[in-house]
Amino acid sequence: MRVIGVLAVVLGAIALAGCGGGDSGSDGPLTIYSGREEELVAPLFEKFTDATGIDVEVRYGDSAELAATIAEEGSNSPADVFFAQDPGSLGAVDAQLESLPSQTLDRVPARFRDAAGRWVGTSGRTRVLVYNTERLSHDELPASVLELTKPEWRDRVGIAPTNASFQAFVTAMRLSLGDDRTRAWLEGMKANGARTYEKNTPIVEAVASGEIDVGLVNHYYLALVKEEQPDAPIANHLFDAGDPGSLVSVAGAGVLASSNQAEDAERFVAFLLSDEAQRFYVDEAEENEYPVVAGIDPPAGLAPLDEIHGPDVELTAFGAELSSTVELLRETGWLS
Amino acid sequence: MAAAGRRPPLALALLAGAVVALLLLPLAYLVVRVADGGGRALDVLWDRSTLRLVVDTVLLVAGVVVAAIVVAVPTAWLVTRTDLPGRRLWAVAAALPLVIPSYVAAFCLLGFFGERGLLQQALGVERLPDPTGYWGAVAALTLSTYPYVFLLTQAALRDLDPSLEEAARGLGVSRMRSLARVTLPAIRPSVALGSLLVALYVLSDFGVVSLMRYDSLTRAIYVQYKSLFDRTPAAVLALVLVGLTAIALAFELRARTRGRLWRTGPGAARRARPVELGAARWLAVAWCGLVTGLFLVLPAGVLLYWLGRGLSNDRHLAVPWDEAVHSLGASALAAIVTVAAAVPVAVLVHRYPGRLARVLERLSYAGNALPGLVIALSLVFFAARYASPVYQTLGLLVFAYAVRFFPLALSGLDTGLARVGPRMEEAARGLGRRPLTTAWLVTVPLARSGALAGAALVFLSAMKELPATILLRPIGFDTLATEIWGATQVGAYSTAAIPALLLIVLSAPVLWLVHGDGGRLAESGG
Repeated sequence: MRVIGVLAVVLGAIALAGCGGGDSGSDGPLTIYSGREEELVAPLFEKFTDATGIDVEVRYGDSAELAATIAEEGSNSPADVFFAQDPGSLGAVDAQLESLPSQTLDRVPARFRDAAGRWVGTSGRTRVLVYNTERLSHDELPASVLELTKPEWRDRVGIAPTNASFQAFVTAMRLSLGDDRTRAWLEGMKANGARTYEKNTPIVEAVASGEIDVGLVNHYYLALVKEEQPDAPIANHLFDAGDPGSLVSVAGAGVLASSNQAEDAERFVAFLLSDEAQRFYVDEAEENEYPVVAGIDPPAGLAPLDEIHGPDVELTAFGAELSSTVELLRETGWLS
Repeated sequence: MAAAGRRPPLALALLAGAVVALLLLPLAYLVVRVADGGGRALDVLWDRSTLRLVVDTVLLVAGVVVAAIVVAVPTAWLVTRTDLPGRRLWAVAAALPLVIPSYVAAFCLLGFFGERGLLQQALGVERLPDPTGYWGAVAALTLSTYPYVFLLTQAALRDLDPSLEEAARGLGVSRMRSLARVTLPAIRPSVALGSLLVALYVLSDFGVVSLMRYDSLTRAIYVQYKSLFDRTPAAVLALVLVGLTAIALAFELRARTRGRLWRTGPGAARRARPVELGAARWLAVAWCGLVTGLFLVLPAGVLLYWLGRGLSNDRHLAVPWDEAVHSLGASALAAIVTVAAAVPVAVLVHRYPGRLARVLERLSYAGNALPGLVIALSLVFFAARYASPVYQTLGLLVFAYAVRFFPLALSGLDTGLARVGPRMEEAARGLGRRPLTTAWLVTVPLARSGALAGAALVFLSAMKELPATILLRPIGFDTLATEIWGATQVGAYSTAAIPALLLIVLSAPVLWLVHGDGGRLAESGG
């Protein structure tokens, strides 16, 4: 019986501790839903608390799943801030986000924020072709993503059609080259035996292992995989200026209109764009992202962001365009 | 068995009805979402790709169920009914893969058989066959589900009255024929129930099909949620899963009732004399070695390898003790709550069989094939809108576990209660005891082993649960499963290895509860 008593006390204590977490009162800590991985952004939250004295509670999850959660929660969402991996997830719930103050928005070039000011980009990433340096030399690499449908790339390319970042790239291609050329490219990739992966990391791992020679990914997964396998033979390649394959996108944040701590929430978003937080991406973050605020240089080894010219597209449109992109991916057999 | 048609006490019927109604919340949510979409719902249903998904999903379920039976039943027979050398050890080893989460199993299989995996490095060859796709998914799912069939079959073989087989043998029937005509039919209900649990698991699993890149309904539901933010198609596909559950239930019912063995007297509880394997015993040992090697040693070995690589690469590796305490606490609560909730339903089914009991019991399975994400979002929907004080509390997370794992608790209680004859209860009532006193003094002690087994199964499943945990846990309430997920998200396998190994080590002793009950029962002559 004593064992059961002890067990009951322990479980009761855990239950109490757990119930405390559901608090969304106005003077409680700021609640952040983060689609960005804990490994990558937890230090940033600590810096915010150190700088402002405002405590934060973070719910980590997949960006799209958190967007779906916010949508299901409706106006009762306990979240104050949504910090997402991609403009699409933010766009999916933009009706539930408030307009951010202009001094926050103005920190960031217009191309990296919502046209209506409901979310703002906080760090940048480019789409790249990751390649195996033992199999390919730099001058064998294609100038445009469109070349990957040529016979010499047969069975050598990896993509992640279910992944938000790949879908954003397809949206960029649709918006810059039109649906017909995009459809032709997707069909060409299918005919050329491109291999599918669930997301970016496994693609980079597959390139490192030689399973495939090249893959379409975000640039910073290279650094993450090198962390685990320091001598993996992999490098990133940028397509030519204006190519949809070199889309520059952002992770971003917005404040929930239903937040009862809007002021603190806005301070948090402003903090993400402060020089200190932006330098974090350069100096400390292991994933090598681009700062988006002007005047802060990118990490060593990366070309400055304003020298990279992706396709001429509006990230704001990505949320609304996503369903057409997914439909196209379904029609071409990439999604079921 | 009690006489059919006895009316259950109103309180019991209401209680069981309320429990099942709560279990059906996710279905109510799906209906709301489908209704939102109006006519589009039908378009999704009649889409050609939906039919293909259904076919692919059924193929996957069939493949895993067959593989699980092929692995589990012979192994269960060997460790229970023969003089296999070291059979106790093999019995434990064969049950242990139950504690390995299926997504970890998939990671490990890929880490071993995959491109530049351990096998390829060891062999030094250029290329190995691609381990992903259908067969990869079948292998990983078999690994983590065959123990359901194994444990239930083992219990059935252990409890099987040896006099049946002896009678058959005494009538001059050969050993093989007696196995086919007496033993197999006697264990068929247990094999069927185990297969049902396997099928439901496969229908709901996302981790494996995603890692193995196999298009099943669940994977399509996730893709819909992730890329469209239009929740109608996902809800339609989820309801298709519920339809498949109904089919699986019908199969199970048929297998359970067809050609059932009855006996008139209670018989004597004693162990059958072990079959002497003779020279075939080394073949049997090889079989058990193969099963254990593939499904236990291999994944554990890959995890240890990753851990070693992390240590030698000087990664910052910490043991997640807090997360372990969270996992243990939440899972223990889930086990207690789920078994308690299953008691009224189980009592209804066993003591007052009739249409009401049958309907409630079958309905309690309805949501079990739904992916964790769907269950989580349905509870987000109801709790955030209509019960905000419980939203994002441990209570709601435990409730989600109860919804997901209710059939496991029910199956445990089922086997427990089936062993307690109603005559014992009637005797107590005849001696003037009140119903509740009777339940406390007679039924509870006798059904305890079944309840413990059910609780253990729920506990083990809750330890491994990921998709609902991610969305419903209180903020900051990290568990071992979420730790593994967080690390694999960024490809940090060496970081993931520690929580994965800890999860396995902490879960393993609980298997003893599932396992130990038979022995105790035999000793007490029950």
